[in-house]
Amino acid sequence: MKIFSCSILGLGLLALAAGAAEAVPEEKVLRAQADRIAVVRKIVEPTLAIIDTTGQGVGSGVVISADGYALTNFHVSSPCGPAMKCGMTNGQLYDAVIVGMDPTGDVALIKLFGRDDFPVAEMGDSDLVRTGHWAYVVGNPFALSDDFQPSVSYGIISGVHRYQYPAGTLLEYTDCLQTDAAINPGNSGGPLFDAAGRLVGINGRGSFEKRGRVNVGVGYAISINQIKRFLGYLKSGRIVDHASLGAVVSADEQGRVVVDDILDDSDAFRRGLRYGDQLVRFADYDLATVNGFKNALGTFPRGWRVPLVFRRHGREHECLARLTGHHRQAELLELLEGRNWPQPELPDRPGEPDEPLPDAPEQPKKPRFGLPAKAKLTGVVAEHYVARRGYANYWFNQYHQDRIWNKISAGKDPHGGYDWVVGGKVETGGDFRIELSRHRGTIEMPRGVSSADLTLPVTESSSPPGSGGLLAALHGWQRLRVAGLGKFGDVYYLGTLPWDKPDNLVDCLVGVYGGAEYRFYFDPESADLVGLEFFRTSDDDPCEIYFEDQRDVDGLRLPHRWVIRYGDEIYAALEVNSFDRPEGSDTE
Amino acid sequence: MNCEFSSMLRGVGLVLASLAVPSLLAAAPNEGNFVQVVRQVQPKVVKIFGAGGLRGLEAYQSGILIEPPGYVLTVSSYVLDADEVTLVLDDGRRFDASPVGSDPVTEIAILRFDPREEPVPMFDLSQSGSSDVGGRVLAFNNLFGIATGNESVSVLHGTVAAVAPLAARRGAANVRYRGDVYVVDAVTNNPGAAGGALTDVHGRLLGLIGKEARSQLTNTWLNFALPVDAFANVVEDIVAGRHQLPPLDELNRPNRPLACGDLGMILVPDVVARTPAYVDRVLPDSAAARGGIQVDDLIVMVDGNFAGSCSECEALIARNEISDQVKLTLLRGDEVVEVVLQSQEQVEE
Repeated sequence: MKIFSCSILGLGLLALAAGAAEAVPEEKVLRAQADRIAVVRKIVEPTLAIIDTTGQGVGSGVVISADGYALTNFHVSSPCGPAMKCGMTNGQLYDAVIVGMDPTGDVALIKLFGRDDFPVAEMGDSDLVRTGHWAYVVGNPFALSDDFQPSVSYGIISGVHRYQYPAGTLLEYTDCLQTDAAINPGNSGGPLFDAAGRLVGINGRGSFEKRGRVNVGVGYAISINQIKRFLGYLKSGRIVDHASLGAVVSADEQGRVVVDDILDDSDAFRRGLRYGDQLVRFADYDLATVNGFKNALGTFPRGWRVPLVFRRHGREHECLARLTGHHRQAELLELLEGRNWPQPELPDRPGEPDEPLPDAPEQPKKPRFGLPAKAKLTGVVAEHYVARRGYANYWFNQYHQDRIWNKISAGKDPHGGYDWVVGGKVETGGDFRIELSRHRGTIEMPRGVSSADLTLPVTESSSPPGSGGLLAALHGWQRLRVAGLGKFGDVYYLGTLPWDKPDNLVDCLVGVYGGAEYRFYFDPESADLVGLEFFRTSDDDPCEIYFEDQRDVDGLRLPHRWVIRYGDEIYAALEVNSFDRPEGSDTE
Repeated sequence: MNCEFSSMLRGVGLVLASLAVPSLLAAAPNEGNFVQVVRQVQPKVVKIFGAGGLRGLEAYQSGILIEPPGYVLTVSSYVLDADEVTLVLDDGRRFDASPVGSDPVTEIAILRFDPREEPVPMFDLSQSGSSDVGGRVLAFNNLFGIATGNESVSVLHGTVAAVAPLAARRGAANVRYRGDVYVVDAVTNNPGAAGGALTDVHGRLLGLIGKEARSQLTNTWLNFALPVDAFANVVEDIVAGRHQLPPLDELNRPNRPLACGDLGMILVPDVVARTPAYVDRVLPDSAAARGGIQVDDLIVMVDGNFAGSCSECEALIARNEISDQVKLTLLRGDEVVEVVLQSQEQVEE
């Protein structure tokens, strides 16, 4: 007897015969089964079958908030354009609109309409996932769920902190989870749950080989902790970018991660990182390998500041490095518009032949991905969609600008204007006095008096010396209050990012005025201004002001402790005692 | 069986454990997971990097660390046909390894490296396990080369679907090994997986993941592992050096060494580091022709010693005087053929 199928059959029959004589399975087996059933009931609820507006099956998704925000893959949402439909286990089909896109990380945020009590996936912590844990994959493989009942596959975590090279220049999977629970075409964008039914990842990719594009025990999910960092950016309606340190690293002979090349206009360079330095830690990640560094870096959005530890001549140095973009904005848009666009690893329609490999000759193909096409939108989706270059959906950016502005301008300021006199104590000793008007700013410090002519371009204004341009920075604050978002200059909502503490995410509005960039940081609850950055030029450190001790003054919330930093130095910490804003001061 | 639970049993003793069972099972959401056994086994599995790198020929495979320290068990393949074969351990340590020996039937190979007196975790083949059909298994391997640097190998789970004789082919040729294998429902025939460990849920080694092969009957890809019993003796022989020959010196060096050409057979051109010793031509009226040697025969042994390559084959033949008889073991398709040849020149004298 040399034939497998026969042996399997033979043994199977034997087992069947033996099983018939046996009683009920063990108690713990039954309990494990009951637990699994309970978990599956819970995790199918927030899972989505995503189809495009023509009714084609596209992929999967998962709802993360009761008001209908849901996650999917960028490569699932893109073919749909701005609008898609999402099927849920109750058999209902809901309209959804694109909110934000992360093409590099292959994540998209969409919003469903029609309910304010959508079932929500319980958030997990992907850093706690270990190889050998049980995992569930839920979704719409091969577009099977005609009735919107998702398929569930069960397996184990096969690997953690995996790095998967970009497909072309996008879709880089950093720090991802690997599972043997079946991930097939159509599962893209759907959830990966841990044994307790907590969301730990978004499935999106698999390794395939000789058997065509069906699962061979190797699927990958984007870790949910990475997505948590990007979520505030995605809600801004922007096309968001991943981070770059501005340095290239490689492994030296001892396998250490060392800086091979560094841009001298990068923040990391200004913080002291140099060619040949060994990178030791990046945020919470210990860096043992180059892939480890790519993994850590890839989970951060552009513009975040991250603690970095590096070693030189046996001594460790620590700094806070501001991350730049992985792509230039124009480059990212160009990639999205379909030039040299790589096919994703998972095609999303069943029965599709193997995609040409990246090294195969270029074939003309219809651009499946790109900025949302100008489709005829109707109803609720049309009401929540505004097309604008550089944005996935500008409607959401405008929404957040308005949300913040409505909060900070609530309660009309009777003393609104450019004439301020602020006085108090310098924490290192002595008094200060700042006098601002529309055209001029003056600061008196124990070390001397400086002033700035605010009729000149703010890019020229670095006064007082050593502050990075404190007076021009304060002028920007006044301008935001007086002119408002509409007249400040170009203003957009960046999203949420850490300001004074790594875990404390705050709202950020970016305004460009007079060739300089201002960043305003607001507490997400109170909308108190907690920080301000003034970038005179893009290749120098900003003037940073940390605002604390918010108090009510004439019905307005104003900070009474200001810490001003420039580069690695604290310029001054000021305690405000008086905040005079005369009535009827110069407005516009 | 709950593996976390079983290892805790050893820690706390039977009396306490019997009390702890219900609460343990009820409390942990990841109850019955494989985390502990995975961490126990992964350090014993190595990633092997060598020759290849062309499309369809991945330059990596898997191996397991076995006793004594410094030995790695893997499958014989083109990956090992490199001047330098690199091992990467679970903790990222790298070692250069060299082949010690291989077995043409089971297609296992042994590599040796110098652990530089650093400790290495190992499987003890004498303490291996066995599984019946339905037993749960874990497959540890370097599939798709996913795990780079110090990353741990991938782990897949499944059950033993059958214990049955292997009837497989690779390309046009049948796989030589015909004994029982574990057929599993985890996908183990991915590139780079061969040479990895198949264990039970307690981390006991059940077998070595076999090279990619298809069923002779259905042409489907097979997921299988060679049971430890199938190769334990061969491994012991190779590690003990029973396949190794004494070095040539003044006393045993032949005066007129025998060569393949003297026997009337020409091997394929020796173009890569370890070109297999296939017969390229057989000269008419030669000892080889009379002995029935055929073109495309693969010479695997010379006088009972493994000949892993053209150069090894030539060197083994050259240990004989031109007048000596030489015994060749050949693979012809699925068949193992033995022939004894003697040079024409000698016969004519």
